[in-house]
Amino acid sequence: MGRVTADPPKTSKAPSRRARAIEADVVTEDPGASSPRTTRTASASRSPAAAPEVLADDRTGGGPDDDDPTGRAPADADRPTGSTRSTGSPRSTRTPEQPAPTPGASPPGRGTNGAAPSTLPVAVTRPDEVPADDPRRSDVDEWGRSEHMRSIVRRLYDPMYKHWFRVEWEGLEKIPMSGGALLVANHAGAIPSDAPAIMHGIEEELGRPVYGMADYFFRTIPLVGTMWSRAGGVPAHPDNAYRLLHEQQQLALVFPEGTKGPSKTYADRYRLRRFGRGGFVEIAMRAGVPVIPLAVVGAEESMPILFRLNGLAKVIGVPYFPVTANSLLMGPLGTLVYFPVKIKIRVLDPIHFDVDEGLDRYSKSRIMDEAERIRGQLQDALHDMLRERRSVWFG
Amino acid sequence: MGRRVLITGLDTFWGGRMAQALENDPGVEMIMGMGTREPKVPLERTEFVRADQTYSILNRIVRATQVDTIVHTFLETNSVQVSSRLLHEINVIGTLNLLAAAGAPGTPVRQVVVKSSTHIYGSSEKDPAWFREGTRRNASVRTQLERSLIEVEALVRDFADDNPHVVVTVLRFANVLGSDIVTPISFDLRRRLLPCIAGYDPLVQFVEEDDVVRSLEHVTRLRIPGIFNVAGAGKLPWSEVASIGGAHLLPLPPFNTRAFARPLTRVGLIQFPAEIDSLVRYGRGVDTTRLIESGFTYRYSSAGAVESFARANNLRRAVGAHEPGYRYEQDVEQFFRHSPAVVRGIDG
Repeated sequence: MGRVTADPPKTSKAPSRRARAIEADVVTEDPGASSPRTTRTASASRSPAAAPEVLADDRTGGGPDDDDPTGRAPADADRPTGSTRSTGSPRSTRTPEQPAPTPGASPPGRGTNGAAPSTLPVAVTRPDEVPADDPRRSDVDEWGRSEHMRSIVRRLYDPMYKHWFRVEWEGLEKIPMSGGALLVANHAGAIPSDAPAIMHGIEEELGRPVYGMADYFFRTIPLVGTMWSRAGGVPAHPDNAYRLLHEQQQLALVFPEGTKGPSKTYADRYRLRRFGRGGFVEIAMRAGVPVIPLAVVGAEESMPILFRLNGLAKVIGVPYFPVTANSLLMGPLGTLVYFPVKIKIRVLDPIHFDVDEGLDRYSKSRIMDEAERIRGQLQDALHDMLRERRSVWFG
Repeated sequence: MGRRVLITGLDTFWGGRMAQALENDPGVEMIMGMGTREPKVPLERTEFVRADQTYSILNRIVRATQVDTIVHTFLETNSVQVSSRLLHEINVIGTLNLLAAAGAPGTPVRQVVVKSSTHIYGSSEKDPAWFREGTRRNASVRTQLERSLIEVEALVRDFADDNPHVVVTVLRFANVLGSDIVTPISFDLRRRLLPCIAGYDPLVQFVEEDDVVRSLEHVTRLRIPGIFNVAGAGKLPWSEVASIGGAHLLPLPPFNTRAFARPLTRVGLIQFPAEIDSLVRYGRGVDTTRLIESGFTYRYSSAGAVESFARANNLRRAVGAHEPGYRYEQDVEQFFRHSPAVVRGIDG
């Protein structure tokens, strides 16, 4: 079903919204490839390939170039790339109505920095696809994530990321620029500082969104739940994970330890807890995406738990009630202020499972084996990183 | 031979509009509707019987009219309008009687279409972003409405098991918005005061009333069996519903919400039934892939339904509530339908 893409954008926000609406099976004619390829592109604000442009746009608050599609500067070129590759896909040929090059449709373009294929999209209507003239007023997507809100959060969090935690990545190139992947990390700190650091880092460096999957407990807290959702948080439900990873080919971040990770006391630092029931492995198998383990060092010391008040936690209905070193030193302020630790994140090799995707059930023993293996790899990587670390504060 | 259709709840928005839609279908030979009140829409050839849904009456009607299709729209999904006892009587007992009559030995019934609601999924923090038709409900059942819907669908499931020769269709509608239908949310939007719970801004879905009627017609005409979610594409935050609908948000405290809302609902400032309470906390999304794959196309997205309602509302505000251009007069209708004096088939 062809999408009418000729009408001009109504507002300055229209391009990104229009692009967002294009969430479809798109058949693109790729000049690099001889045959038409069928790929799935997610919404542009979430689309892996589209994300660099869209994020760049939104970070400048809609940007003056929104109305001038042809005169867009290749903003990607001067973006901070850190230890990563540059994502130089020129965008001068794109008009706002055109959807971004789809993730799988431009493999030749990836890395070659050559002319972006002028895709001729033939959008197939998907059930959840929103018509182009949808009278939406906000950019909140189906997960509750708002790119606008996300860009505000990024702007606020950036100094924290750069100057407080001085986050350093290792092996970031192992995270794919397109296609779904399940990021799996260790989890620590009374109010975990690892999730925002990982999400911020990947969005800044790779320019693609990360959906942080967390306990649904978050949703029950007024304001916090809403903010968390707008900033890219998604309740950890197998259906949500499958849809994000398989249908939308996004990056999803999970912490298999669950609340057992952040709730552990300082005495247990860097000792990985049980990896749930291996559900994350099963989801990755079903979605047909790789698992990419991330070893995070530093978050553990940013807000260490000295002891827990289990009785109080039960009374007020929270998973755990920590007494942190921060709150002992700083009083109530300690619930907000992290210690200025150095955070280092190492990306391990992606793990591909050689199984058929889309099955309802997978061998439990296989799942547990893989989960144990990933846990072992992460634990080894943590020990390795700690061996190299000379200072908690300076890395 | 054309189809012979029985519609329950002809006096409601759902039944009346459905009857109108079927009247235009030449494949439908006879339409007859039941209702406790007189129909509110002009109907050309639909026969109306004022009757409640007691078993003996239903049984006689089904036998006497030899209907092959039953469209069961008389299910109350607005707990503001009726007491919880009446809700149970209408939904559960009414459906029970209807299905008993439809399943009696020797009846010619070959399709039963039941209107349900996505309230059946509930709304809780543990929910997935999208409910498919088979997704399990997480929320505990707290409201009478949800309890009755679950009971109704269990009855329908049993009926489908016992009568494999009957095409059984269940449509689960998201919150409906439109110029004709009155729901708690449309009431609040008309008042331009939309209750919300402070600190929560969940994602919700809507379906436009035209799409409601068209989807009912779609599954009836094509005899499509199964359970289907019906909702406009996309989801939108509750705050955006207020902004598109031109309403102000009225924040209620997140704790003891119902106690705070009670005086406001009592004086008629807002409508805030229990099933909306959890909805405006955690929202709900239903996956409509199955209905779309059956060949149905929506005219309105979720946001489009809100906008369409807002426009109708603007018009209403400018020119006043539109006059009911039609009043059902039993004698007049009887005359036009049955008197030999009326020459039929001239102008349809």
